[in-house]
Amino acid sequence: MSSAIDGEPVPPDLFASRRRRLLAGRGGLVASTVSGVVVIGGLAAVFWLAPGGATVRYFFFNPHFMWQAFVGDPSKGFYSVGLGLLTNLWIFAVAEALVLVCGMLIASARLSQSPVLFPFRLLSTAYTDVFRGIPILLVILMIGFGLPELNLGYISNQSPAVYGCAALVVSYSAYVAEVYRAGVLSIPHGQLLASRSLGLSHGATMRRVILPQAVRTVIPPLLNDLISLQKDTALVSVLGAIETTRAAQIYSSTVFNFSGYAVAAILFLLLTIPMTRFTDHLIARDRARRLAGA
Amino acid sequence: MSEVVLALRGVRKRFKDHEVLTGVSLALSRHEVVCLIGASGSGKSTLLRCANLLERIDGGDIELFGQSLLDPRIDPDRVRRHIAMVFQSFNLFPHLSVIDNILLGPVHALKRPRAEVRAEAMELLERIGLAARAQDYPDRLSGGQQQRVAIVRSLAMRPSLLLLDEVTSALDPTLVGEVLDLLTDLARQGTTMLVATHEMGFARDVAHRVAFLESGRVIEEGPAREVLDHPREPATRAFLERVR
Ligand SMILES: Nc1ncnc2c1ncn2[C@@H]1O[C@H](COP(=O)(O)OP(=O)(O)O)[C@@H](O)[C@H]1O
Ligand SMILES: [Mg+2]
Repeated sequence: MSSAIDGEPVPPDLFASRRRRLLAGRGGLVASTVSGVVVIGGLAAVFWLAPGGATVRYFFFNPHFMWQAFVGDPSKGFYSVGLGLLTNLWIFAVAEALVLVCGMLIASARLSQSPVLFPFRLLSTAYTDVFRGIPILLVILMIGFGLPELNLGYISNQSPAVYGCAALVVSYSAYVAEVYRAGVLSIPHGQLLASRSLGLSHGATMRRVILPQAVRTVIPPLLNDLISLQKDTALVSVLGAIETTRAAQIYSSTVFNFSGYAVAAILFLLLTIPMTRFTDHLIARDRARRLAGA
Repeated sequence: MSEVVLALRGVRKRFKDHEVLTGVSLALSRHEVVCLIGASGSGKSTLLRCANLLERIDGGDIELFGQSLLDPRIDPDRVRRHIAMVFQSFNLFPHLSVIDNILLGPVHALKRPRAEVRAEAMELLERIGLAARAQDYPDRLSGGQQQRVAIVRSLAMRPSLLLLDEVTSALDPTLVGEVLDLLTDLARQGTTMLVATHEMGFARDVAHRVAFLESGRVIEEGPAREVLDHPREPATRAFLERVR
């Protein structure tokens, strides 16, 4: 072999490898179809043909039991998994609204600059540290079994679902506050300098310059947290609130068939998939906008 | 010269244990253009931010129209409404259109009626030939256009003093001219300006005075041509030789 370095120039090999050429163009479509069929078909076959496959299908995915669990029958001692979802839905709706507001308040306290607000800065920092560190399940158990014991009248006489909802708000506000704060901190310092140099106050700068820009960067991570909040409404079941998961649990221990869990899982998927798709869509749109700007 | 607009007296500024300004004194009269020159890291940007109260100073005094800005009764937001600043990296607001960028300060800081300011802003845009781009967002403009919009945004505040921080340093060489032309126009109309710059040609042709910043203080200042062509201090001479 000789090269330009030791004198003899040789024509370089500029062709793509045979494999690269096969995968380009129509070859790629064939390859992706084949690999899709093989992988997905393979997984299905394992599930279908495994020695315990038939048993699993009977105990977890039996259409008869699934429908029975979905509609429920209180006279036989089990509740509707489908109706249970309404409880998850209201817990989610109330918790979501409160979390978005509380998170904003906590983040504002942490980002404040005035010396007067120092105690709030300290408290909000401690709050986010503590509640991001404690497993949500523990917060639910502490609030759900703790508050009723306090004998505080109205506060101690709520339903398990209300305590569960409150616990989710307490926990998730800490996460969402950090999402907001990260969003604000992601805005370049020059934006703040430019606004302040125009004579706008700190508050006006936040309102008119920083927050409008931060909102855009914050929406995808915020939606991620809300998707996770939707799922975590299932944890409220440990307090005995009859929501989807609890109803499925009761069904399985009454009828000795686990198909109710599949129903609950499908119901959660129906809730979360639109939101995950929407989040991905926003992320893609934002990326396209940034690429166009660059 | 006449009325003193801005006066710095022995201004000191420290970041942690690094003293960036070690006693800067500098005065600026009405209608005067002063260029601030000095190596990167010599503290030009810090000095401009201090003059604008964007940084708290650790010693010395700053006076605007004879009023000390260290007086506890001073409202920094009000001070900044009289001192406009333009940055090396433009810092236009990307979520606002060109016209809204210009209107933000006059409408929300000065509380002037939107319609009235809008007419003025359009006139200013007309002057820089960008009236047709009023509704565009900043990322649709070239660097030179963005920086000219940023200058107009500061002019819309009708400031008594304009601080410019290396406003051409982030620009493609082909775009530097249009921004310097605008500054030259402003200087001819008597705008009071303190200009941190590495554009020695601009300093020589447009500035009345030049101040050379080194190790945290102004070690030489005087009429532009005198300082640039016949520097007295060896440090000034060494710096000018390097940038030439
Ligand atoms: N916010 C800051 N925190 C710490 N150091 C800083 C800060 N701003 C500037 N400095 C330091 O001050 C010195 C002067 O910086 P600067 O004023 O930007 O100089 P110039 O504009 O002349 O290049 C540099 O050493 C820089 O690292
Ligand atoms: Mg600088």
